[in-house]
Amino acid sequence: MNSTLKRTAVACLAMFALLMINVNYLQAVRAEGLSTDARNTRNFYDRYAVERGRIIAGGKVIAQSVETDSKQFKFVRKYPEGELYAHVTGFFSPESASAIEGTQNKLLDGSSADLLLRRSIDLFTGEPTKGANVEVTINPRVQKAAYDALRQSGKRGAVVALEPKTGAILAMVSLPTYDPAELSLTDKSKVFPRYDELAKEKGQPLLNRTIDRTYPPGSTFKVVTMAAYLEDDSSRGPQTTVEAPQRLTLPNTTATLPNYGGAACGSGQVTLVFALERSCNTPFGKMGMDLGYDKVQEQSAKFGMGEPLAIPMPVAQSDFGPREDEAAVAMASIGQRSNQMTPLQMAMISAGIANEGTVMKPYLVKKVTDAKGDTIEEAEQDELTEAVSTETAAKLRDMMVSVVSNGTANRAQVPGVQVAGKTGTAETSDNQPPHAWFISFAPAEDPKVALAVIVESGAANVGAEATGGGTAAPIGKAVMEAVLNK
Amino acid sequence: MSEVAAEPVPMPAKRRGAQLVMLALAVLVVMGAYANVGLAMDGAIPSGMLTYGLSLGGLMLAAYLVLAKFAPWADPLILPLVTLINGLGLVMIFRLSESDSNLPSARLASPNSQLMWTLVGIVLFSVTLIFLRDHRALQRLTYTAGALGLILLVSPLIPFLGQEINGARIWIGIPGLGQLQPAEFAKLALVIFFAGYLVAKRDVLALAGRRLLFIDLPRARDLGPVLITWGVSLGVLVMQKDLGSSLLLFGTFIALLYIATQRVSWVIIGILLFAGGAVLAGLVFDHVQQRFEVFLNPSDPELFDRVGGSAQLMQGLFAMGSGGILGTGLGQGHPELIPLAFSDFIFAATGEELGLTGLMALLMLYALVVQRGLRTSLAARDPFSKLLAGGLSFILAWQVFIIVGGVTNLIPLTGLVTPFMSQGGSALLANWILIALLVRMSDAARKPPPQAIQNEGMTQVFQR
Repeated sequence: MNSTLKRTAVACLAMFALLMINVNYLQAVRAEGLSTDARNTRNFYDRYAVERGRIIAGGKVIAQSVETDSKQFKFVRKYPEGELYAHVTGFFSPESASAIEGTQNKLLDGSSADLLLRRSIDLFTGEPTKGANVEVTINPRVQKAAYDALRQSGKRGAVVALEPKTGAILAMVSLPTYDPAELSLTDKSKVFPRYDELAKEKGQPLLNRTIDRTYPPGSTFKVVTMAAYLEDDSSRGPQTTVEAPQRLTLPNTTATLPNYGGAACGSGQVTLVFALERSCNTPFGKMGMDLGYDKVQEQSAKFGMGEPLAIPMPVAQSDFGPREDEAAVAMASIGQRSNQMTPLQMAMISAGIANEGTVMKPYLVKKVTDAKGDTIEEAEQDELTEAVSTETAAKLRDMMVSVVSNGTANRAQVPGVQVAGKTGTAETSDNQPPHAWFISFAPAEDPKVALAVIVESGAANVGAEATGGGTAAPIGKAVMEAVLNK
Repeated sequence: MSEVAAEPVPMPAKRRGAQLVMLALAVLVVMGAYANVGLAMDGAIPSGMLTYGLSLGGLMLAAYLVLAKFAPWADPLILPLVTLINGLGLVMIFRLSESDSNLPSARLASPNSQLMWTLVGIVLFSVTLIFLRDHRALQRLTYTAGALGLILLVSPLIPFLGQEINGARIWIGIPGLGQLQPAEFAKLALVIFFAGYLVAKRDVLALAGRRLLFIDLPRARDLGPVLITWGVSLGVLVMQKDLGSSLLLFGTFIALLYIATQRVSWVIIGILLFAGGAVLAGLVFDHVQQRFEVFLNPSDPELFDRVGGSAQLMQGLFAMGSGGILGTGLGQGHPELIPLAFSDFIFAATGEELGLTGLMALLMLYALVVQRGLRTSLAARDPFSKLLAGGLSFILAWQVFIIVGGVTNLIPLTGLVTPFMSQGGSALLANWILIALLVRMSDAARKPPPQAIQNEGMTQVFQR
């Protein structure tokens, strides 16, 4: 009987060998797929198992994890001033995360490879792993000023402010906003319906208008046309005269391009600075046609348009528009054709001029530190593009200063400070009142802030060319004052 | 025998000291794991730790003393190995009970009753060793054991006595005591019956009939017992919807038949019969068919969402996947998310927290127990002991294979107890008795044969 017993023993051994091989297959080979399966609810619980890092703006905590008594969810996410910073922090929902919560997720939850050393130390000291803290470039005072000012308009809109010399984003406001806390609960049955509700809302509160959507830029784009015109011939300057007919005849069409409200612009021949101050349409249309599609398009690209950008959230692409006929170039040169701009792109144009022609890459994350305060990564200031020469930048600056001191943007004047700016009124195809735009930087001689403001349908019931200047410029003024401590 | 007497027999060492050290080690590992759970989950050593340690350690010491007195030559490894497995099961059940009580796997885990049953199990182990001095006495009870096994097996079908839980009618209610799973005890009785029956009939069953290809077929009239066992197994499957026990009993019978008769043909006939029965059952019963579908494609979304579909199996696989190679650490995973994590799926729950490393160690522990049992069988001196030890070892291995294979999607899932780990008194008691029988037989096998008495005239004593 021993021979059969021995064979049975071998059979038993084979059974255990099969089990062992299969367990190896499951826990080594298939482990990754099984643990990341969407139906594996552990991932859901694990989201709340570690103490996520804080998101900090200028020393102020704008998102943090708070310990709970629950055994299921050890930590929940809190947003002390949720609505104010919603589009910066984003939310941390049971299955997804947005904005900084999303893009910096691996650092915040401590799983990033950059935190390997910290995790290894924690493993040996037996301390629970904590996520890294993310410090953003937002200046709380500027953010608040932008938020309050835009809110006062009672309209939808966006404000974004940059530090021209570095590219740091000082304020990022989009209205309407939402409360990230509502979307960051652990209860899916509350979060998901609320999300659907917000997603369907007409005002689109989940949209970060500064980077997620584009608008026709209106007259603010004239700065770009002007830049191209000055770059084209270095002898041109603010006092160079150009044709300014009451109506510009567009080639191959029956249409003509009028000035705003059909008004005249000077005496038919105006200086460049006058054309910009009054925001006349006809001289810019003419300049655009003289330059041609390629040159204006090239200048747009030099301000950063058409390049994918992440701050670290991805930014919607701004675009000068496709090649069409000459009439289209004339329309696009005054920002009224197929040009589509994010408010951030407009702020970058302003910042590029402020920074002697160099556009710095905008960024939102200033510094990432681990739970012990050691720096994991720090923002680097990168030049994005060389938009215009220093001389051209100086000319543009002087003209934009003039726009604020003598022209359409007089409501953006800040006492004791030279402000450079440009207003815009963008007509939209649907029967809505036009959007009010304002871009600016200050102080002109040593810029500390460059910004773009858009107030959707904000130009209603305001007379004449004062539109962009009427609603958007005062908001810009408030933001500049906050930066300059006025 | 005269040759044996001429040369001194190499004496197997008793190794009682080594056994005591290993036993202490097993208890220490379990205590460490227990403390680990408390520290990870509540940041403190569990308050019941001392009671726990003292009761387990104390009883183990008592069991050791009984073993040293009544089975001094017994295999030194078996008791420590089983203690460690049983202890790890206790820790897992304790750990599950500590998690969020909204989940059924946490609510239904009851570490205290499992500890109580473990203690009763160890007492039964000792009692068996004390009162069963010679296991060959069981051979005389062959048919009694067979009848008892059958009665236990069908008892859940008796109205009022039997109870259906989780779709399987394998329980009987005992007023005041709760439920009992008689199949666990039937398993023991039937292995005794198989061993006794085959010792008596193996010569007949080994007779060859016709030869087909390379296989000697048995005579048709000898098929009787096989067909009866097959019928009983199918009966269990059909009447009680208990796939696991059915497969367990039939497989063990075929293995013993092979060991006793040395005929591969029996194994082939057995496999064919079982496959036929399974296909038949699959055609007739939805639940059998569904188990098979789930086995083939567990991650299928449609099957996953179906009631009684693959969700449970997948939860176990998710747990093991999340555990990975090193595991999350005791108390740091979410094994409470697996349905029945404290019983059928305790292997997967262990896999999440102890990882591949822990599961390999655990499988190794089981393999060692089985291997020691089979060694006992090889060393045994009479056919009944060989068959009984072989049968008990095989049924242990077979049971681990069926349930662990099912949980890890190696074979279709059939509900069975993970020996010594799953929560449940019946299985614990029956398995501790099984271990007592193995220990008793290993003592008999390793005990040096009595020496022939010299210089006493012509009288010679022979050991048969």
